[in-house]
Amino acid sequence: MREVYLGLDVGSVTTKVAVLEGQSRQVMTASYLKTGGQPIRAIQEGLALAVKAVGTGVRVLGCGATGSGRRLAAAVAGADVVKNEITAHAVASQAHVPEVQTILEIGGQDSKIIILRQGVVTDFAMNSVCAAGTGSFLDRQAARLGVPIEDFGDLALRSKNPVRIAGRCAVFAESDMIHKQQIGHAVEDIVHGLCQALVRNYLNNVGKGKDIRPPVLFQGGVAANRGIVRAFEEALGCPVTVPDHHEVMGAIGAAMLAAEDAAGRTAGAAATGAAVTGATGTAGATATAGATATAAATATAGQRHTTCQVLRPSAFRGFGVAEATYKASGFECHGCANYCEIVRIYMDGQEVACWGSKCGKWDLETRAGRKAAVVVSAADSGAAEGAEDEGTKVVSAEP
Amino acid sequence: MRLTFPHMGPVHIGITTIFRDLGVDIVAPPPITRRTVALGVKHSPEMACFPLKISVGNYLEARELGVDTIGMLGGVGPCRLGYYADVEREILDGLGAGMEMVVLDPPQGKPGRLLRAISRLTGGKPLRQVWRSIQFGWSKIVEIDRLDQEVPRARVFEAQPGVTRAVRAQAYRLIEEASSVVEAKRAGDLAVEALRSISLGHGAKSPQGRPLTVGLVGEIYMLLEPAANMDLEERLGRLGVITRRALTVSDWVRLHLFPGPWKSKDGAVVHAAARPYLNHFVGGEGVESVGQTVLYQRMGLDGVIHVGPLTCMPEIVAASVLPQVARDLDFPVMTLFLDEHSGEAGIQTRLEAFVDLLRRRRQRQREQGTGRFGATSARQQLAAGLGVHGDA
Repeated sequence: MREVYLGLDVGSVTTKVAVLEGQSRQVMTASYLKTGGQPIRAIQEGLALAVKAVGTGVRVLGCGATGSGRRLAAAVAGADVVKNEITAHAVASQAHVPEVQTILEIGGQDSKIIILRQGVVTDFAMNSVCAAGTGSFLDRQAARLGVPIEDFGDLALRSKNPVRIAGRCAVFAESDMIHKQQIGHAVEDIVHGLCQALVRNYLNNVGKGKDIRPPVLFQGGVAANRGIVRAFEEALGCPVTVPDHHEVMGAIGAAMLAAEDAAGRTAGAAATGAAVTGATGTAGATATAGATATAAATATAGQRHTTCQVLRPSAFRGFGVAEATYKASGFECHGCANYCEIVRIYMDGQEVACWGSKCGKWDLETRAGRKAAVVVSAADSGAAEGAEDEGTKVVSAEP
Repeated sequence: MRLTFPHMGPVHIGITTIFRDLGVDIVAPPPITRRTVALGVKHSPEMACFPLKISVGNYLEARELGVDTIGMLGGVGPCRLGYYADVEREILDGLGAGMEMVVLDPPQGKPGRLLRAISRLTGGKPLRQVWRSIQFGWSKIVEIDRLDQEVPRARVFEAQPGVTRAVRAQAYRLIEEASSVVEAKRAGDLAVEALRSISLGHGAKSPQGRPLTVGLVGEIYMLLEPAANMDLEERLGRLGVITRRALTVSDWVRLHLFPGPWKSKDGAVVHAAARPYLNHFVGGEGVESVGQTVLYQRMGLDGVIHVGPLTCMPEIVAASVLPQVARDLDFPVMTLFLDEHSGEAGIQTRLEAFVDLLRRRRQRQREQGTGRFGATSARQQLAAGLGVHGDA
């Protein structure tokens, strides 16, 4: 049975799933789908694609989640590591080019820059408000020019004589571009000009004040555009590398972090008898993950990353997640004046996540903690805890 | 007359105490919620900073409680706060709110106007009585700031999630209800003791080894008001980070409102630290943000987060100076400008990434034996140096 690590990157526009081979950490399969406002479905579809590619005969040793929907992904699929995109991208890039010092990342709706020195992230920035430095800007202008976005980059490469287009703002860029069209510039020159405008905008907004040094890695969906790569190389005066799986680097990074975590989970397990107890006690262990625990007794010692040392199995719920039914419900908490909107997510009728409260009192862990506290100190008045609960009233009906 | 004032962190506890003690009918605005923000945003200029918008929301919500008079601070200098009282008056007049705005402007050598405003707000109570009530309210603020200092550590080490928050809420209530300086002090003592014992716990968030400590610098409203800064300190606490806030209410009062000889000396220290980078008053907390960052680096903190409201001029100046400070001192600094549009996910991601950065940085320092708390600390190096000399 092959051992793999799984990475999920649930972004606002796209959802990425990567499967890494357990020993070599090579990418076995990766999928890239539109989130389309339905992250749960995107995660399920991504997992279905992954299982189709690698077959059901794999054992998931660890699962990592990243992207703005990482908490949701962790709740839906079960993840051992939940990490932000900056760390995930940095980890994946370092595996590709260990001495990387600068990572440029441009996606559909956001862009970021990560600066590393001696293998450690020392600075980063993310764009927050401006669309002019992102892929959606290119999408829109390509549509206006009637050029398919896939051909955009190659068209730009043919340009000998780029026209200068204002890049500060998407609105200015558009009117400037129309002007250049109307006075008869060639399409490829305009396209190249647009690529330069986007790069200028990115370097002025996101890359402002950052110490960009080679080697430079460029990833994210926009890295597929060779016109942008050329524009970056011209602007930075150094070669820009685009990794093979540039559009799924976040998911790859998440899987690598899961592998790191699994290594931590295995450490020292052989020595303690508690290992098996820990494994069986973990909730949500599915058939796939459960197999890990049973194998613990049989496997031989001394092998790294083998099941024999697994302290507790991966939290991954198994590929069955793709077929499960998820239901979300919400209510407004009137415990205080914040009126937080609480979201609860059910997997096959069982509550797997609950969040949204500012004070955190609806979070599953807090609720479990409180229940334990009540049992322990039943006689105690529990002044502080009780006082907070008094005002709580759930208004809308729970399912 | 029924009086109110804008919220800013825990100041309402001090202000209501002062005026209640003087027999004035005073109501604090309802706690800041999304509704407050929505009301404020709807009726404020788009480019005004977040504190103004929230304050306008405060007044409108307080009006629903029968409030007809507002006490508000004026000011001088480049920060727009100085004219916010007048802008707010115009906004409320435009809405036909029928509320009177009484502005407490700094005297600048002419105390007449300030005294008239105080007399208007207190219903002409004798100044000696006003002074006594101010001292009572001040004692509560001091207690709150004292217990708040213990909160960040307790938050990280609490064994049971949420207990710190609950204890703090209860302590706030006790201090608010205290009917004398002594009672307030006793409530403060109790809270400090409780929080210190929570700090001895060991919960899920407790880091292995010494926890990261991050300094928070920036504009005072955004630092003090959790509803405005997206509960920054709580969020960092959940990531296992101890926070150190550059300003408290009592610090600010000691710095700006205490007369000559009683004025806090810290201001001069902070300004001196900022001098190589920013040698000019820029209003608000601009210079303090830079100076405190330098001081936090000297104290051996792991990094600094700089917060300000979007479009805040003093903090924009600080934000453009801070990258140079960070480079010179090799000290991580992250700036967050926040307003009502700030997405929670974006802030959370930045905070997590920053904390990851600090963790890995410290790990590297330990491995390489560099940095303040590396394997060979300055003291060990000194000891080693002395040892060599001794041998020779």
